Amino acid sequence: MRILTYIRQVLDAEESVHIANHAVALENSKLVMDTMDEYGVEEALRLRESGIEAEIVAVAVGPARVQDALRTALAMGADRAIHVETDIRLDAIAVSKVLSQLATQEQATLIFSGGQQADWDSHALAAATAERLQWPQVTWTSALELKGTTLTGKHDADEGSEFFTLELPAVVTTQQGLNEPRYPTLPNIMKSKKKEMRKESLDQFGVTPKLKFVTAEVQVKDRLNKILDGKDAPAAAAQLVDLLRNEARVIA
Amino acid sequence: MILVVVEYANGKVSKSTWEMITAAQDSAKDSGRDASITALVLGSNVAAIAAEVAKAVDQVLVADLPALTQYDPELWSAAVAQIATEGEASLVLIGGSRSGREYSPRVAIKLDAPLLEDVITLKAAGETLTAQRYTYLARVTETIEAAAPIAVVTIKPGVFNPATPKAESAEQFDVDLSLPTPRLKITDKTVERTSRVGLTEAEIVVSGGRGVGSAEGFTQYVEALADQLGAAVGATRAIVDAGWRPYSEQVGQTGKTVQPKTYIAIGISGAVQHLSGMNKSKTIVAINRDAEAPIFKIADYGIVGDVTQLIPAILTELKK
Repeated sequence: MRILTYIRQVLDAEESVHIANHAVALENSKLVMDTMDEYGVEEALRLRESGIEAEIVAVAVGPARVQDALRTALAMGADRAIHVETDIRLDAIAVSKVLSQLATQEQATLIFSGGQQADWDSHALAAATAERLQWPQVTWTSALELKGTTLTGKHDADEGSEFFTLELPAVVTTQQGLNEPRYPTLPNIMKSKKKEMRKESLDQFGVTPKLKFVTAEVQVKDRLNKILDGKDAPAAAAQLVDLLRNEARVIA
Repeated sequence: MILVVVEYANGKVSKSTWEMITAAQDSAKDSGRDASITALVLGSNVAAIAAEVAKAVDQVLVADLPALTQYDPELWSAAVAQIATEGEASLVLIGGSRSGREYSPRVAIKLDAPLLEDVITLKAAGETLTAQRYTYLARVTETIEAAAPIAVVTIKPGVFNPATPKAESAEQFDVDLSLPTPRLKITDKTVERTSRVGLTEAEIVVSGGRGVGSAEGFTQYVEALADQLGAAVGATRAIVDAGWRPYSEQVGQTGKTVQPKTYIAIGISGAVQHLSGMNKSKTIVAINRDAEAPIFKIADYGIVGDVTQLIPAILTELKK
């Protein structure tokens, strides 16, 4: 079987966000593979290590720099990478058009993608891709097992979790808790440099984005920052309760 | 026509639905568009839900079918796309819940429509929709635009004011649907029930992190304070992973996003993933041992000190 794992390159969560020309500026910031996508790469590797014959292909859409994130996936153990190059910012619905066509071309039967993107805060890629392929989907998985073409596991729903079973092909979203992603070892980093990184142009996918990005701003809500010293607990408690009752008026 | 897909839980229309109705009304104001609102109720045994929502919209469409007993992304998206097409909707509003954000992209693809995800404002002018949404783990506010005859929008919970029901009820119609066979089979569920108010519906949320010490500490400090204040209970990823609390209470990037009037963080240091789930709360109160904890940077009120001393003292004070 062939597994596609979709990779996003995002701002490291510890980095601060800078805005220039009405958009988030990523130059000079530390960029990493989206942690939510790491769980997908790791899960694909684990499926293979459990004895399933699988080729793992990492896919990314974006400017030249996203190859760094694809290299990380290769260093973790993915077999090859496909980079669809574009400098245009695309929303998830537009990206799904690329990913679904690649899945068909590659005859993949399983696609992994992170549950929520750390840059666009979107959940949409997996479902949109599944819809274009007419495949089922399962989101926010926290346990997975594959026997033949039957996928079973556990995922998070609106309230609580559900156990499921599903026949491949399918699109699956991953999240923290599904597994513990491995760090690329030095030999594997060296090996990854020789792995195939195929570059494709966006043009052939016929993508016409329907969404326009207008402006971005970092809105920091002014906080009062009235922080008390709690060494004298009863006094600090009395003062806090007084502030919440009589100044903020948020409790009775 | 604006189509609002009704969210409900435990036999009652959810707050998110009343918020969507307000978003629908707001979006249509001065837009020159057809501002009539149609509510769509999907499920089985949903007559009470349909009757309840009828008091705030212009028309209610009800698909009360045994096949819709269990939510499924393929069923829900097929139903919504069919109704939107038949009713020539210009706008389809879906809740920003986990399920809403899961099936809405399918609806957008079926309708060849743009998807505006998890919006906090929504304005229409002619065919153009403008919306704002949070990005970069809720650290950035972005404005997006789409021009199309029909658009699919998910509404972030807890942002719009809930609409108020009127005295008179709109007419209800049963609809026929051609539904696919769901391929995702749910074999079992673990539903965590609580007697407390729901996390995303609460005016006050009391949350705990590692700093409460143990599962017992959580009960003793966080739950006790929540019960005293009539608040919902939240937790960080770390203590959910540690098994102290159920997943349904998790606040943050991989859990729920909350925006209550007051958020009280106890023993929470404030990792960016947690902050992204609560940093839009109106008033933030933090109690933590470490004065350098990031949570204090976004707190309105706080105490640096020992949770085990401070919470009992606060409880005593509240009971005075």
